[in-house]
Amino acid sequence: MSSNKPCDGPVKGPQHEPRKGFSRRTFIEGVGIGAGAVGAVGMAPEARADSSELMGPSPVPITLNINGKSVDLKVEPRVTLIDALRNQLDHTGAKKVCDRATCGACTVIVDGSPVYSCTLLAIEAQGRRIETIEGISTEDSMHPVQVQFVENDAQQCGFCTPGLVMAGKVVADRNPPPSMADVESALSGNICRCGTYVGVRKAVYEAARQGGA
Amino acid sequence: MQNFEYIAPTETITAAQALSPHDGVTAVLAGGTDLLSLMKERIETPTRVVSLRNIRALRGVHGTGGALRIGAMASVEGVLGSSGASSYKSLLQAGRGITAPQVRAMGTVVGDLLQRPRCWYYRNGYGLLAMHEGKSLVPNGENRYHAILGNKGPAYFVNASSFAPALISLGASVTVAGPEGEREMPLADLFRIPASESERENTLMPNEIVTEIMVPSASGWRTATYEVRQRQLLDWPLVTASVAVRLRGGKIADARVVMGHVAPIPWRSSEAETALKGQALGESAGEAAGKAAVAAATPLSQNQAKVQLASVAVKRAVAMVA
Repeated sequence: MSSNKPCDGPVKGPQHEPRKGFSRRTFIEGVGIGAGAVGAVGMAPEARADSSELMGPSPVPITLNINGKSVDLKVEPRVTLIDALRNQLDHTGAKKVCDRATCGACTVIVDGSPVYSCTLLAIEAQGRRIETIEGISTEDSMHPVQVQFVENDAQQCGFCTPGLVMAGKVVADRNPPPSMADVESALSGNICRCGTYVGVRKAVYEAARQGGA
Repeated sequence: MQNFEYIAPTETITAAQALSPHDGVTAVLAGGTDLLSLMKERIETPTRVVSLRNIRALRGVHGTGGALRIGAMASVEGVLGSSGASSYKSLLQAGRGITAPQVRAMGTVVGDLLQRPRCWYYRNGYGLLAMHEGKSLVPNGENRYHAILGNKGPAYFVNASSFAPALISLGASVTVAGPEGEREMPLADLFRIPASESERENTLMPNEIVTEIMVPSASGWRTATYEVRQRQLLDWPLVTASVAVRLRGGKIADARVVMGHVAPIPWRSSEAETALKGQALGESAGEAAGKAAVAAATPLSQNQAKVQLASVAVKRAVAMVA
């Protein structure tokens, strides 16, 4: 499916010099209407790209914003975000399990909302803020949701955990803090076959009580 | 997934012109929550994907002029969270059944209307009608989630849209854009029961795009949606019913009753509407409407239970508006 070359697109800092030609294309995704806001035409910045151009099926240069860093890579249009992250960018935290927008193991945060990265084309993720589990902690400190996962024994085999942490982070960051019902609903797009739900809900609820991120 | 060429125009007309007039050659990509799964299963194998993401005109949710307008790229979350939708109770109740925040953020309301059937024969490559040696496999097969109405065959799947029953009961219409321009039609006319494997379950031409849903003002209407669910979270409901009624002098003057997950199209029940008209809103009216809604039901070998579930869904939706 996708090319499996490791690290096809090296991670570059924001200071990296402007890219040339095709890859300068910026797709600006619009709206991302948050709860409570009326999404109206005009909220999104002008889409600048002359995008009425056919791309692919051979690999196309794209730019993704991952954990605050701009990353250049080449993907066929069919490559999903999870495959680009795992196979080309060595971001292997998000897991590919069902690959059908159901289990939630591939959950990453895009423009502040949890999304199934198995069901978003990498080419469509351009111009959007992508946060992965690799970006929410440092060597020395874990994110409060991760801390509470440890405290509340919220994982067993751990394969669903990165997705649950990311889905949990979105709701734990909410202000005012979510109720337990809000937490259950916010985690309903993630499946854990070990059945760690009780601990996971407690962990996310506790993290939210302690101020989320 | 079979590879494809990709285009993301900024104008609807360009998008429509990039689509093939022939079925199955090109695909329209909005939220992708259904299309990508179908492509991974090779049930859909387009050679070109036309993305709507750069078309600004399709992004909005407007609550102006007494009507609600939902653009093709408006997400479920965006619509449910909009102030414009807050007066459409049945719409909000229908949307709450879609619980996964990932689907709510990525999936669009128009995409919910146009999702392909969830029938497991179709999803496992047996074709839309699951035909085998000239006969559908469904009537004597695994059909416990299949149709109980509109199921004379050869289509036995159910329309799985969460929003369609509520929207139809609210009198919604849709705008459809093709390479030569736009047309409008009542939402109910978007759906059809296919008569052969070469037909789809909607009336769109392969190069047409639903650009907008228009919901007229619900002022004066009492509306509700009731879902019968096996699981409270993540899954589709077993049966759903949306009701809209208008009272005059304490009696029901106008009524619209639409059921979901019971037929290959969202099923409007004129029998239930007749049962409601002229009655006072209350338990007996709901009971009568529920009975009338399934009077013509023809369950298959395994889905007799859905008849009772549908009847109860209608009854409870009426109770919610009372």
